[in-house]
Amino acid sequence: MTTRLKLAPWIATIGLFVFWELVCRLFSIPEFVLPAPSQAMAALIEFWPAIWQNAFYTFWVTMVGFAMAVVFGLVLGLVTGASALVYSAIYPLLVGFNSIPKVAIVPVLVVWFGIGTIPAVLTAFTISFFPIVVNVATGLATLEPELRDVLRSLGARKVDILLKVGLPRSMPYFFASLKVAITLAFVGTVISETVAGNAGMGHLMLSASSSFRVPLVFAGLLVIAVMGVGMYAIFALAERRFVGWAFRGADAA
Amino acid sequence: MTPFVELDRVTMTYGGPDAGTPAVADASLTIGRGEFVAVVGPSGCGKSSLLKIVSGLMPTDSGTARVDGETVSGPLTMVGMAFQNATLLPWRTTLENVLLPLEVSRAHRRSFRRKRAEHEAAARSLLKTVGLDGYEDHAPHELSGGMQQRASLCRALIHSPDLLLLDEPFAALDAFTREELWGVLQDLWRERQFTVILVTHDLREAVYLADRVYVVSKRPGRIVYERPVPLPRPRTLESTFEQDFVDLVHRLRDHIGEVRAA
Repeated sequence: MTTRLKLAPWIATIGLFVFWELVCRLFSIPEFVLPAPSQAMAALIEFWPAIWQNAFYTFWVTMVGFAMAVVFGLVLGLVTGASALVYSAIYPLLVGFNSIPKVAIVPVLVVWFGIGTIPAVLTAFTISFFPIVVNVATGLATLEPELRDVLRSLGARKVDILLKVGLPRSMPYFFASLKVAITLAFVGTVISETVAGNAGMGHLMLSASSSFRVPLVFAGLLVIAVMGVGMYAIFALAERRFVGWAFRGADAA
Repeated sequence: MTPFVELDRVTMTYGGPDAGTPAVADASLTIGRGEFVAVVGPSGCGKSSLLKIVSGLMPTDSGTARVDGETVSGPLTMVGMAFQNATLLPWRTTLENVLLPLEVSRAHRRSFRRKRAEHEAAARSLLKTVGLDGYEDHAPHELSGGMQQRASLCRALIHSPDLLLLDEPFAALDAFTREELWGVLQDLWRERQFTVILVTHDLREAVYLADRVYVVSKRPGRIVYERPVPLPRPRTLESTFEQDFVDLVHRLRDHIGEVRAA
Protein backbone atom coordinates (compact mmCIF):
# COMPACT_ATOMS: atom_id res chain seq x y z
CA MET A 1 0.00 0.00 0.00
CA THR A 2 2.73 2.45 0.97
CA THR A 3 4.79 1.64 -2.12
CA ARG A 4 1.72 2.23 -4.27
CA LEU A 5 1.20 5.57 -2.55
CA LYS A 6 4.81 6.52 -3.15
CA LEU A 7 4.74 5.48 -6.79
CA ALA A 8 1.40 7.14 -7.57
CA PRO A 9 2.68 10.73 -8.07
CA TRP A 10 5.51 9.55 -10.34
CA ILE A 11 3.18 7.44 -12.44
CA ALA A 12 0.65 10.27 -12.72
CA THR A 13 3.33 12.78 -13.74
CA ILE A 14 5.01 10.51 -16.26
CA GLY A 15 1.58 9.51 -17.56
CA LEU A 16 0.66 13.15 -18.15
CA PHE A 17 3.86 13.80 -20.10
CA VAL A 18 3.45 10.65 -22.18
CA PHE A 19 -0.13 11.66 -22.98
CA TRP A 20 0.98 15.17 -23.90
CA GLU A 21 3.77 13.82 -26.13
CA LEU A 22 1.39 11.40 -27.86
CA VAL A 23 -1.24 14.09 -28.50
CA CYS A 24 1.35 16.42 -30.02
CA ARG A 25 2.71 13.69 -32.31
CA LEU A 26 -0.63 12.13 -33.19
CA PHE A 27 -2.19 15.42 -34.27
CA SER A 28 1.09 16.89 -35.55
CA ILE A 29 0.63 20.01 -33.47
CA PRO A 30 3.15 22.67 -34.55
CA GLU A 31 5.74 23.43 -31.89
CA PHE A 32 4.92 27.18 -31.85
CA VAL A 33 1.38 26.25 -30.72
CA LEU A 34 2.08 23.45 -28.25
CA PRO A 35 5.54 21.93 -28.15
CA ALA A 36 5.80 18.30 -27.08
CA PRO A 37 7.63 17.59 -23.80
CA SER A 38 10.55 16.21 -25.80
CA GLN A 39 10.86 19.54 -27.64
CA ALA A 40 10.66 21.45 -24.35
CA MET A 41 13.38 19.19 -22.93
CA ALA A 42 15.54 19.80 -26.00
CA ALA A 43 15.12 23.55 -25.49
CA LEU A 44 15.94 23.11 -21.81
CA ILE A 45 19.23 21.42 -22.69
CA GLU A 46 20.06 23.82 -25.49
CA PHE A 47 19.48 26.96 -23.42
CA TRP A 48 20.58 25.48 -20.09
CA PRO A 49 23.15 28.18 -19.18
CA ALA A 50 20.59 30.97 -19.66
CA ILE A 51 17.83 29.02 -17.95
CA TRP A 52 20.01 28.09 -15.00
CA GLN A 53 21.11 31.69 -14.48
CA ASN A 54 17.58 33.09 -14.65
CA ALA A 55 16.10 30.27 -12.58
CA PHE A 56 18.65 30.90 -9.87
CA TYR A 57 17.77 34.60 -9.91
CA THR A 58 14.04 33.88 -9.72
CA PHE A 59 14.65 31.40 -6.94
CA TRP A 60 16.47 33.74 -4.59
CA VAL A 61 14.16 36.68 -5.35
CA THR A 62 11.27 34.40 -4.41
CA MET A 63 13.03 33.27 -1.25
CA VAL A 64 13.64 36.84 -0.09
CA GLY A 65 10.01 37.83 -0.71
CA PHE A 66 8.81 34.63 0.93
CA ALA A 67 11.01 35.12 3.98
CA MET A 68 9.57 38.62 4.41
CA ALA A 69 6.08 37.17 4.08
CA VAL A 70 6.80 34.55 6.75
CA VAL A 71 8.06 37.09 9.28
CA PHE A 72 5.38 39.65 8.54
CA GLY A 73 2.62 37.04 8.27
CA LEU A 74 3.56 35.38 11.55
CA VAL A 75 3.69 38.66 13.47
CA LEU A 76 0.49 40.04 11.97
CA GLY A 77 -1.24 36.67 12.43
CA LEU A 78 -0.26 36.58 16.10
CA VAL A 79 -1.46 40.12 16.68
CA THR A 80 -4.78 39.64 14.88
CA GLY A 81 -5.34 36.21 16.44
CA ALA A 82 -4.58 37.42 19.96
CA SER A 83 -6.73 40.54 19.89
CA ALA A 84 -10.35 40.54 18.78
CA LEU A 85 -10.14 44.32 18.37
CA VAL A 86 -7.21 44.22 15.96
CA TYR A 87 -8.84 41.30 14.17
CA SER A 88 -12.08 43.12 13.45
CA ALA A 89 -10.22 46.32 12.63
CA ILE A 90 -7.85 45.04 9.98
CA TYR A 91 -9.52 41.95 8.59
CA PRO A 92 -11.55 43.83 5.93
CA LEU A 93 -8.38 45.68 4.93
CA LEU A 94 -6.50 42.43 4.54
CA VAL A 95 -9.25 40.80 2.49
CA GLY A 96 -9.52 43.89 0.31
CA PHE A 97 -5.80 44.00 -0.26
CA ASN A 98 -5.67 40.32 -1.07
CA SER A 99 -8.43 40.74 -3.67
CA ILE A 100 -6.31 43.16 -5.68
CA PRO A 101 -4.62 41.36 -8.60
CA LYS A 102 -0.93 41.69 -7.84
CA VAL A 103 -0.15 42.18 -11.52
CA ALA A 104 -1.85 45.59 -11.14
CA ILE A 105 0.56 46.59 -8.38
CA VAL A 106 3.73 45.88 -10.30
CA PRO A 107 3.64 49.09 -12.37
CA VAL A 108 3.22 51.11 -9.17
CA LEU A 109 6.17 49.31 -7.60
CA VAL A 110 8.19 50.07 -10.72
CA VAL A 111 7.37 53.76 -10.41
CA TRP A 112 8.55 53.65 -6.81
CA PHE A 113 11.58 51.39 -7.03
CA GLY A 114 12.47 51.14 -10.73
CA ILE A 115 12.61 48.03 -12.88
CA GLY A 116 14.41 45.04 -11.38
CA THR A 117 14.75 43.05 -8.21
CA ILE A 118 12.85 45.10 -5.64
CA PRO A 119 9.44 45.03 -7.37
CA ALA A 120 9.83 41.27 -7.85
CA VAL A 121 10.66 40.70 -4.18
CA LEU A 122 7.75 42.89 -3.10
CA THR A 123 5.30 41.17 -5.45
CA ALA A 124 6.33 37.75 -4.10
CA PHE A 125 5.89 39.15 -0.61
CA THR A 126 2.49 40.78 -1.13
CA ILE A 127 1.02 37.74 -2.82
CA SER A 128 2.16 35.21 -0.23
CA PHE A 129 1.71 36.80 3.21
CA PHE A 130 -2.08 36.67 3.30
CA PRO A 131 -2.55 32.89 3.76
CA ILE A 132 0.06 32.95 6.53
CA VAL A 133 -1.75 35.73 8.42
CA VAL A 134 -5.14 34.06 8.10
CA ASN A 135 -3.91 30.64 9.16
CA VAL A 136 -1.91 31.81 12.17
CA ALA A 137 -4.82 33.97 13.34
CA THR A 138 -7.23 31.04 12.96
CA GLY A 139 -4.92 28.74 14.86
CA LEU A 140 -4.74 31.17 17.76
CA ALA A 141 -8.50 31.59 17.86
CA THR A 142 -9.14 27.86 18.37
CA LEU A 143 -8.31 27.75 22.09
CA GLU A 144 -10.88 25.54 23.84
CA PRO A 145 -13.06 27.51 26.29
CA GLU A 146 -12.45 24.92 29.04
CA LEU A 147 -8.72 25.29 28.68
CA ARG A 148 -9.04 29.06 28.75
CA ASP A 149 -10.95 28.71 32.03
CA VAL A 150 -8.23 26.50 33.47
CA LEU A 151 -5.54 29.00 32.48
CA ARG A 152 -7.49 32.02 33.71
CA SER A 153 -8.12 30.45 37.07
CA LEU A 154 -4.39 29.79 37.40
CA GLY A 155 -3.79 33.50 36.94
CA ALA A 156 -1.84 32.85 33.72
CA ARG A 157 -0.60 35.96 31.91
CA LYS A 158 -1.77 36.62 28.38
CA VAL A 159 1.77 36.30 27.11
CA ASP A 160 2.12 32.87 28.75
CA ILE A 161 -1.15 31.69 27.23
CA LEU A 162 0.02 32.97 23.85
CA LEU A 163 3.46 31.37 24.00
CA LYS A 164 2.61 28.07 25.68
CA VAL A 165 -0.79 27.34 24.19
CA GLY A 166 -1.75 29.69 21.35
CA LEU A 167 1.47 29.66 19.38
CA PRO A 168 2.05 25.89 19.45
CA ARG A 169 -1.60 25.33 18.58
CA SER A 170 -1.34 27.60 15.55
CA MET A 171 1.83 25.92 14.24
CA PRO A 172 0.03 23.25 12.16
CA TYR A 173 -1.96 26.03 10.50
CA PHE A 174 1.25 27.99 10.00
CA PHE A 175 3.04 25.12 8.28
CA ALA A 176 0.01 24.36 6.13
CA SER A 177 0.00 28.00 5.01
CA LEU A 178 3.73 27.91 4.18
CA LYS A 179 3.07 25.25 1.56
CA VAL A 180 0.48 27.47 -0.09
CA ALA A 181 2.52 30.64 0.34
CA ILE A 182 5.72 29.30 -1.22
CA THR A 183 3.97 28.38 -4.46
CA LEU A 184 2.22 31.76 -4.51
CA ALA A 185 5.57 33.49 -3.98
CA PHE A 186 6.88 31.95 -7.21
CA VAL A 187 3.78 33.21 -8.99
CA GLY A 188 4.42 36.73 -7.65
CA THR A 189 8.05 36.81 -8.71
CA VAL A 190 7.36 35.57 -12.21
CA ILE A 191 4.48 38.03 -12.67
CA SER A 192 6.73 40.91 -11.76
CA GLU A 193 9.58 39.67 -13.95
CA THR A 194 7.19 39.29 -16.86
CA VAL A 195 5.61 42.71 -16.51
CA ALA A 196 8.69 44.67 -15.58
CA GLY A 197 11.90 42.74 -15.31
CA ASN A 198 15.28 42.51 -16.90
CA ALA A 199 16.16 39.10 -15.50
CA GLY A 200 14.55 35.94 -14.16
CA MET A 201 12.30 33.25 -15.57
CA GLY A 202 9.45 35.66 -16.32
CA HIS A 203 11.74 37.87 -18.36
CA LEU A 204 13.28 34.88 -20.12
CA MET A 205 9.91 33.44 -21.08
CA LEU A 206 8.64 36.80 -22.30
CA SER A 207 11.66 37.24 -24.56
CA ALA A 208 11.34 33.65 -25.75
CA SER A 209 7.69 33.97 -26.68
CA SER A 210 8.22 37.27 -28.47
CA SER A 211 10.69 35.47 -30.74
CA PHE A 212 8.35 32.46 -31.11
CA ARG A 213 10.65 30.13 -29.20
CA VAL A 214 7.65 28.42 -27.63
CA PRO A 215 9.59 25.26 -26.59
CA LEU A 216 11.84 27.51 -24.50
CA VAL A 217 8.76 29.09 -22.88
CA PHE A 218 7.55 25.63 -21.90
CA ALA A 219 11.00 24.68 -20.66
CA GLY A 220 10.78 27.78 -18.41
CA LEU A 221 7.33 26.81 -17.16
CA LEU A 222 8.60 23.33 -16.30
CA VAL A 223 11.56 24.73 -14.39
CA ILE A 224 9.28 27.01 -12.33
CA ALA A 225 6.96 24.11 -11.62
CA VAL A 226 9.88 21.94 -10.49
CA MET A 227 11.14 24.67 -8.17
CA GLY A 228 7.64 25.05 -6.71
CA VAL A 229 7.22 21.32 -6.15
CA GLY A 230 10.69 21.12 -4.59
CA MET A 231 10.03 23.90 -2.10
CA TYR A 232 6.60 22.50 -1.32
CA ALA A 233 8.17 19.14 -0.55
CA ILE A 234 10.72 20.77 1.76
CA PHE A 235 8.00 22.53 3.73
CA ALA A 236 5.89 19.40 3.84
CA LEU A 237 8.87 17.62 5.41
CA ALA A 238 9.40 20.46 7.87
CA GLU A 239 5.71 20.26 8.78
CA ARG A 240 6.00 16.54 9.58
CA ARG A 241 9.16 17.19 11.54
CA PHE A 242 7.91 20.09 13.66
CA VAL A 243 4.18 19.52 14.06
CA GLY A 244 4.00 15.76 13.69
CA TRP A 245 1.64 15.72 16.69
CA ALA A 246 -1.06 17.24 14.50
CA PHE A 247 -0.97 14.22 12.19
CA ARG A 248 -1.85 11.60 14.79
CA GLY A 249 -3.66 8.69 13.27
CA ALA A 250 -2.69 9.67 9.74
CA ASP A 251 0.30 7.34 9.87
CA ALA A 252 -1.54 4.58 11.65
CA ALA A 253 -4.43 4.53 9.18
CA MET B 1 -18.49 23.06 60.56
CA THR B 2 -17.10 26.27 59.12
CA PRO B 3 -18.27 26.70 55.54
CA PHE B 4 -15.50 26.63 52.92
CA VAL B 5 -17.67 27.38 49.91
CA GLU B 6 -20.82 29.40 50.39
CA LEU B 7 -23.33 30.59 47.82
CA ASP B 8 -25.87 33.00 49.26
CA ARG B 9 -28.95 33.56 47.09
CA VAL B 10 -26.89 33.77 43.92
CA THR B 11 -28.45 34.68 40.58
CA MET B 12 -26.38 34.72 37.40
CA THR B 13 -27.22 35.44 33.77
CA TYR B 14 -24.75 34.99 30.93
CA GLY B 15 -24.15 38.40 29.42
CA GLY B 16 -25.35 40.31 32.47
CA PRO B 17 -28.63 40.75 34.42
CA ASP B 18 -30.63 42.06 31.45
CA ALA B 19 -29.66 39.37 29.00
CA GLY B 20 -32.64 37.02 29.43
CA THR B 21 -33.29 33.88 31.48
CA PRO B 22 -30.79 33.47 34.29
CA ALA B 23 -28.66 30.34 34.21
CA VAL B 24 -28.74 30.17 37.99
CA ALA B 25 -31.51 31.65 40.14
CA ASP B 26 -31.47 32.30 43.85
CA ALA B 27 -29.13 29.41 44.59
CA SER B 28 -27.76 28.90 48.07
CA LEU B 29 -25.45 26.15 49.22
CA THR B 30 -22.83 25.55 51.83
CA ILE B 31 -19.89 23.20 51.56
CA GLY B 32 -17.51 22.37 54.37
CA ARG B 33 -13.75 22.16 54.03
CA GLY B 34 -12.73 18.77 52.71
CA GLU B 35 -16.28 17.85 51.82
CA PHE B 36 -17.20 16.06 48.57
CA VAL B 37 -20.37 17.50 47.10
CA ALA B 38 -22.16 16.45 43.93
CA VAL B 39 -24.56 18.63 41.97
CA VAL B 40 -27.02 16.76 39.76
CA GLY B 41 -29.78 17.93 37.46
CA PRO B 42 -31.17 17.73 33.96
CA SER B 43 -28.87 18.85 31.17
CA GLY B 44 -28.74 22.57 30.50
CA CYS B 45 -29.89 23.37 34.04
CA GLY B 46 -26.99 25.61 34.98
CA LYS B 47 -24.97 23.07 36.94
CA SER B 48 -21.79 24.11 35.16
CA SER B 49 -22.63 27.76 35.77
CA LEU B 50 -22.46 27.09 39.50
CA LEU B 51 -18.85 26.03 39.03
CA LYS B 52 -18.09 29.17 37.04
CA ILE B 53 -19.53 31.29 39.83
CA VAL B 54 -17.59 29.48 42.54
CA SER B 55 -14.33 29.70 40.57
CA GLY B 56 -14.87 33.42 39.96
CA LEU B 57 -14.86 33.03 36.17
CA MET B 58 -18.40 34.44 35.97
CA PRO B 59 -19.67 37.37 38.02
CA THR B 60 -23.03 37.06 39.75
CA ASP B 61 -25.98 39.38 39.10
CA SER B 62 -26.95 39.32 42.76
CA GLY B 63 -26.11 37.38 45.88
CA THR B 64 -22.60 36.54 47.00
CA ALA B 65 -20.23 33.67 46.55
CA ARG B 66 -17.67 33.18 49.32
CA VAL B 67 -14.75 30.78 49.28
CA ASP B 68 -12.57 30.33 52.34
CA GLY B 69 -14.25 33.32 53.98
CA GLU B 70 -13.53 35.74 51.14
CA THR B 71 -16.09 37.09 48.71
CA VAL B 72 -15.32 35.87 45.19
CA SER B 73 -14.67 38.82 42.87
CA GLY B 74 -12.34 37.39 40.22
CA PRO B 75 -10.80 34.08 39.11
CA LEU B 76 -9.63 32.09 42.13
CA THR B 77 -6.17 30.62 41.97
CA MET B 78 -6.76 27.94 44.60
CA VAL B 79 -8.97 25.84 42.36
CA GLY B 80 -8.22 22.92 40.08
CA MET B 81 -10.58 22.12 37.23
CA ALA B 82 -11.33 19.16 35.01
CA PHE B 83 -13.97 18.76 32.32
CA GLN B 84 -15.69 16.16 30.18
CA ASN B 85 -13.08 16.91 27.52
CA ALA B 86 -9.58 16.25 28.85
CA THR B 87 -8.18 19.29 26.91
CA LEU B 88 -4.62 18.01 27.08
CA LEU B 89 -2.21 19.85 24.81
CA PRO B 90 -1.38 17.41 22.00
CA TRP B 91 2.20 18.62 21.51
CA ARG B 92 3.17 18.03 25.11
CA THR B 93 3.87 14.70 26.75
CA THR B 94 1.64 13.54 29.58
CA LEU B 95 4.18 14.74 32.13
CA GLU B 96 4.54 18.15 30.48
CA ASN B 97 0.76 18.50 30.39
CA VAL B 98 0.53 17.84 34.11
CA LEU B 99 3.25 20.42 34.74
CA LEU B 100 1.49 23.17 32.74
CA PRO B 101 -0.33 24.77 35.71
CA LEU B 102 2.96 25.18 37.55
CA GLU B 103 4.54 26.85 34.53
CA VAL B 104 1.83 29.48 34.15
CA SER B 105 0.26 29.96 37.57
CA ARG B 106 0.95 33.16 39.41
CA ALA B 107 2.22 31.33 42.46
CA HIS B 108 4.73 29.06 40.72
CA ARG B 109 5.85 30.48 37.38
CA ARG B 110 8.78 32.47 38.78
CA SER B 111 10.34 29.54 40.55
CA PHE B 112 9.34 26.90 37.98
CA ARG B 113 12.73 26.46 36.31
CA ARG B 114 14.60 26.40 39.58
CA LYS B 115 12.29 23.82 41.11
CA ARG B 116 11.70 21.82 37.95
CA ALA B 117 13.19 18.57 39.32
CA GLU B 118 11.04 18.83 42.44
CA HIS B 119 7.89 19.55 40.40
CA GLU B 120 8.63 16.69 38.03
CA ALA B 121 8.98 14.29 40.92
CA ALA B 122 5.63 15.47 42.28
CA ALA B 123 3.99 15.07 38.87
CA ARG B 124 5.43 11.59 38.43
CA SER B 125 4.21 10.46 41.81
CA LEU B 126 0.77 11.93 41.11
CA LEU B 127 0.64 10.12 37.76
CA LYS B 128 1.64 6.95 39.58
CA THR B 129 -1.26 7.34 42.03
CA VAL B 130 -3.72 7.35 39.15
CA GLY B 131 -2.01 4.39 37.48
CA LEU B 132 -0.27 6.28 34.69
CA ASP B 133 3.30 5.34 35.63
CA GLY B 134 5.12 4.37 32.45
CA TYR B 135 3.08 6.82 30.37
CA GLU B 136 4.80 10.04 31.48
CA ASP B 137 6.55 10.53 28.16
CA HIS B 138 3.68 9.44 25.94
CA ALA B 139 1.75 11.93 23.83
CA PRO B 140 -1.93 12.39 24.78
CA HIS B 141 -3.15 10.76 21.57
CA GLU B 142 -1.34 7.59 22.60
CA LEU B 143 -3.52 7.40 25.73
CA SER B 144 -7.04 5.98 25.89
CA GLY B 145 -9.93 8.28 26.85
CA GLY B 146 -9.84 7.04 30.43
CA MET B 147 -6.08 7.58 30.68
CA GLN B 148 -6.42 11.11 29.26
CA GLN B 149 -9.01 11.85 31.91
CA ARG B 150 -6.65 10.53 34.60
CA ALA B 151 -3.95 12.84 33.29
CA SER B 152 -6.44 15.71 33.26
CA LEU B 153 -7.20 15.02 36.95
CA CYS B 154 -3.48 15.12 37.68
CA ARG B 155 -3.20 18.46 35.88
CA ALA B 156 -6.06 19.77 37.99
CA LEU B 157 -4.33 18.66 41.19
CA ILE B 158 -0.63 19.31 40.56
CA HIS B 159 -0.65 22.71 42.23
CA SER B 160 -2.36 21.23 45.30
CA PRO B 161 -5.55 23.26 45.01
CA ASP B 162 -7.85 23.46 48.03
CA LEU B 163 -10.89 23.19 45.82
CA LEU B 164 -11.42 20.79 42.91
CA LEU B 165 -14.19 21.64 40.43
CA LEU B 166 -15.25 18.77 38.19
CA ASP B 167 -17.65 19.32 35.31
CA GLU B 168 -18.92 15.90 34.19
CA PRO B 169 -15.35 14.62 34.00
CA PHE B 170 -16.32 11.02 33.27
CA ALA B 171 -19.33 11.61 31.01
CA ALA B 172 -17.52 10.72 27.78
CA LEU B 173 -16.10 7.43 29.07
CA ASP B 174 -17.47 3.92 28.77
CA ALA B 175 -19.24 2.55 31.85
CA PHE B 176 -16.39 0.31 33.03
CA THR B 177 -13.73 2.99 32.74
CA ARG B 178 -16.02 5.47 34.44
CA GLU B 179 -16.58 3.22 37.44
CA GLU B 180 -12.85 2.56 37.65
CA LEU B 181 -12.16 6.30 37.76
CA TRP B 182 -14.69 6.79 40.57
CA GLY B 183 -12.35 4.66 42.64
CA VAL B 184 -9.30 6.63 41.47
CA LEU B 185 -10.94 9.95 42.35
CA GLN B 186 -12.13 8.68 45.74
CA ASP B 187 -8.60 7.54 46.58
CA LEU B 188 -7.09 10.87 45.55
CA TRP B 189 -9.63 12.75 47.61
CA ARG B 190 -9.17 10.58 50.71
CA GLU B 191 -5.42 10.97 50.47
CA ARG B 192 -5.24 14.70 49.76
CA GLN B 193 -8.34 16.01 51.55
CA PHE B 194 -9.30 18.78 49.15
CA THR B 195 -12.87 20.04 48.77
CA VAL B 196 -14.72 18.81 45.67
CA ILE B 197 -17.74 20.04 43.74
CA LEU B 198 -18.67 17.46 41.15
CA VAL B 199 -21.22 18.32 38.50
CA THR B 200 -22.75 15.23 36.92
CA HIS B 201 -25.93 13.79 35.54
CA ASP B 202 -24.99 10.27 36.59
CA LEU B 203 -26.85 9.64 39.88
CA ARG B 204 -24.85 6.51 40.72
CA GLU B 205 -21.69 8.51 40.27
CA ALA B 206 -23.02 11.21 42.60
CA VAL B 207 -23.99 8.73 45.32
CA TYR B 208 -20.77 6.72 44.99
CA LEU B 209 -18.52 9.75 45.38
CA ALA B 210 -20.30 12.45 47.35
CA ASP B 211 -20.92 13.22 51.00
CA ARG B 212 -23.88 15.29 49.96
CA VAL B 213 -25.91 15.65 46.75
CA TYR B 214 -27.69 18.77 45.56
CA VAL B 215 -30.43 18.53 42.93
CA VAL B 216 -30.80 21.49 40.58
CA SER B 217 -34.01 22.32 38.69
CA LYS B 218 -34.44 23.02 35.02
CA ARG B 219 -33.21 26.40 33.80
CA PRO B 220 -33.16 28.83 35.54
CA GLY B 221 -31.24 26.52 37.87
CA ARG B 222 -32.51 26.50 41.46
CA ILE B 223 -31.38 24.17 44.15
CA VAL B 224 -34.50 22.16 44.91
CA TYR B 225 -33.26 19.32 47.07
CA GLU B 226 -30.34 18.39 49.23
CA ARG B 227 -29.51 14.90 50.41
CA PRO B 228 -26.64 13.63 52.56
CA VAL B 229 -25.07 10.32 51.59
CA PRO B 230 -24.31 8.58 54.88
CA LEU B 231 -22.76 5.46 53.30
CA PRO B 232 -19.43 4.32 54.80
CA ARG B 233 -16.12 4.91 53.02
CA PRO B 234 -14.25 3.76 51.12
CA ARG B 235 -17.06 2.86 48.80
CA THR B 236 -16.51 0.14 46.25
CA LEU B 237 -18.33 -1.14 43.22
CA GLU B 238 -19.86 -3.71 45.58
CA SER B 239 -21.44 -0.85 47.54
CA THR B 240 -23.34 0.23 44.45
CA PHE B 241 -25.38 -2.98 44.59
CA GLU B 242 -26.30 -2.66 48.28
CA GLN B 243 -29.83 -1.73 49.23
CA ASP B 244 -28.97 1.63 50.89
CA PHE B 245 -27.12 2.75 47.78
CA VAL B 246 -29.84 1.66 45.41
CA ASP B 247 -32.52 3.34 47.57
CA LEU B 248 -30.61 6.62 47.56
CA VAL B 249 -30.22 6.56 43.81
CA HIS B 250 -33.96 5.88 43.51
CA ARG B 251 -34.84 8.81 45.75
CA LEU B 252 -32.67 11.11 43.68
CA ARG B 253 -34.10 9.71 40.48
CA ASP B 254 -37.60 10.57 41.68
CA HIS B 255 -36.53 14.14 42.41
CA ILE B 256 -34.94 14.52 39.01
CA GLY B 257 -38.15 13.18 37.48
CA GLU B 258 -40.19 15.83 39.29
CA VAL B 259 -37.77 18.54 38.30
CA ARG B 260 -37.89 17.53 34.66
CA ALA B 261 -41.68 17.35 34.64
CA ALA B 262 -42.10 20.71 36.42
